[in-house]
Amino acid sequence: MNPVRKQRLAIVAVILVGLAIAVGLIFYALRQNINLFYTPQQIVSGEAPLNSKMRVGGLVVPGSVKRDPQSLDVQFTLTDGKGSFVVHYQGILPDLFREGQGIVANGTLISRQRFEADEVLAKHDETYMPPEVKDALEKAGHPAADKPDSSMGKTAS
Amino acid sequence: MLWKTIKRGYHQLGSPRYFYRFSSAVLPWLTPIALITFVVGIVWGLAFAPPDYQQGNSYRIIYIHVPASSGALMGYVAMGIAGMVAVVWRMKMAEIMIKAIAPFGAALTAISLVTGALWGKPTWGTYWQWDARMTSMLILLFMYIGVIALQNAIRDPRQAARAAGLLAMVGVINVVIVKYSVEWVNTLHQGSTLKLVGESTINPAMKYPLLISMLGTWLLYAVNVMVRARTEILSRERRSGWVKQLVAAGGR
Repeated sequence: MNPVRKQRLAIVAVILVGLAIAVGLIFYALRQNINLFYTPQQIVSGEAPLNSKMRVGGLVVPGSVKRDPQSLDVQFTLTDGKGSFVVHYQGILPDLFREGQGIVANGTLISRQRFEADEVLAKHDETYMPPEVKDALEKAGHPAADKPDSSMGKTAS
Repeated sequence: MLWKTIKRGYHQLGSPRYFYRFSSAVLPWLTPIALITFVVGIVWGLAFAPPDYQQGNSYRIIYIHVPASSGALMGYVAMGIAGMVAVVWRMKMAEIMIKAIAPFGAALTAISLVTGALWGKPTWGTYWQWDARMTSMLILLFMYIGVIALQNAIRDPRQAARAAGLLAMVGVINVVIVKYSVEWVNTLHQGSTLKLVGESTINPAMKYPLLISMLGTWLLYAVNVMVRARTEILSRERRSGWVKQLVAAGGR
């Protein structure tokens, strides 16, 4: 390689490495802001601020969903295995909302145990299979059939 | 021996004239192969693959969403490499490639964003959230548009290519963020289904049509890049002897 090209390559390398480090640091510093939601652990530990608009995410605890037969009121417990709290919501839940499923809720944290949601979004995991396969897995008692949503519960610390 | 062949091939493809000849030989069979692969993958996925246990039929948009997204990311990396070669080695063919790669990649990024929104509404319950994956993908679209715009803003094609090449190269950092956003921070978007290492979390009956439609999309992208590069070569080399000969011979 001739010296001019070598020099250009060096400059390009320095620019790229510098930028990558800068972007990496920005990304790291803003990690909590880039995170879409707070996890139940962060709610319980007091990391999430009270009485301000925020999103929370976690798994719906099986058997915890209580619907009011007279209205659209619904409440359920959200967990990530390291903490849990109750979410109150008034409205229509998305089709994929199920017990044991990951969800993201937008609303206000009233106390460390109570979250008032204005909007509930369902997460879905990256597993795809035909219904017959799912049934067969369940019959065989295979653990993959009711694996909790693996994409939940990444905590920034 | 092999290394020498690769090196010679690289230098030959670096010559616009040789690339033009090479692509004339490749395109007549690559184009039908790309079209057939794409159609087989899409039709298999949209019409014949089994429905998902959770999402039913709405998951089928994966057969458009994932091929478009993967093509957009790979295209950007290729454009970044071409940009680096153009900036450091001032290679003409690399300059042409930056221009040839950008438009199809921008279109694929737009398709990925639109299909993602349409998939999000029935499953998540929202068209859009400012989560890391979606936001960084939107930035990718702006990067593609920026490369195209920068190229058009400078009249001298060689200078234009160097400026656009630098932007393309720097933007590769964003591709890394798009890829790993779902692992580094928590997002509404799920993690990757197809993994480079390890087992994919998709049933084989759904995976094969997905892989075929991805391959088809990449091949169509390659065809598009070649056709665009050929047009650009002719326009840049219009005063050279071989292009004049080509035109005199009726474009054959």
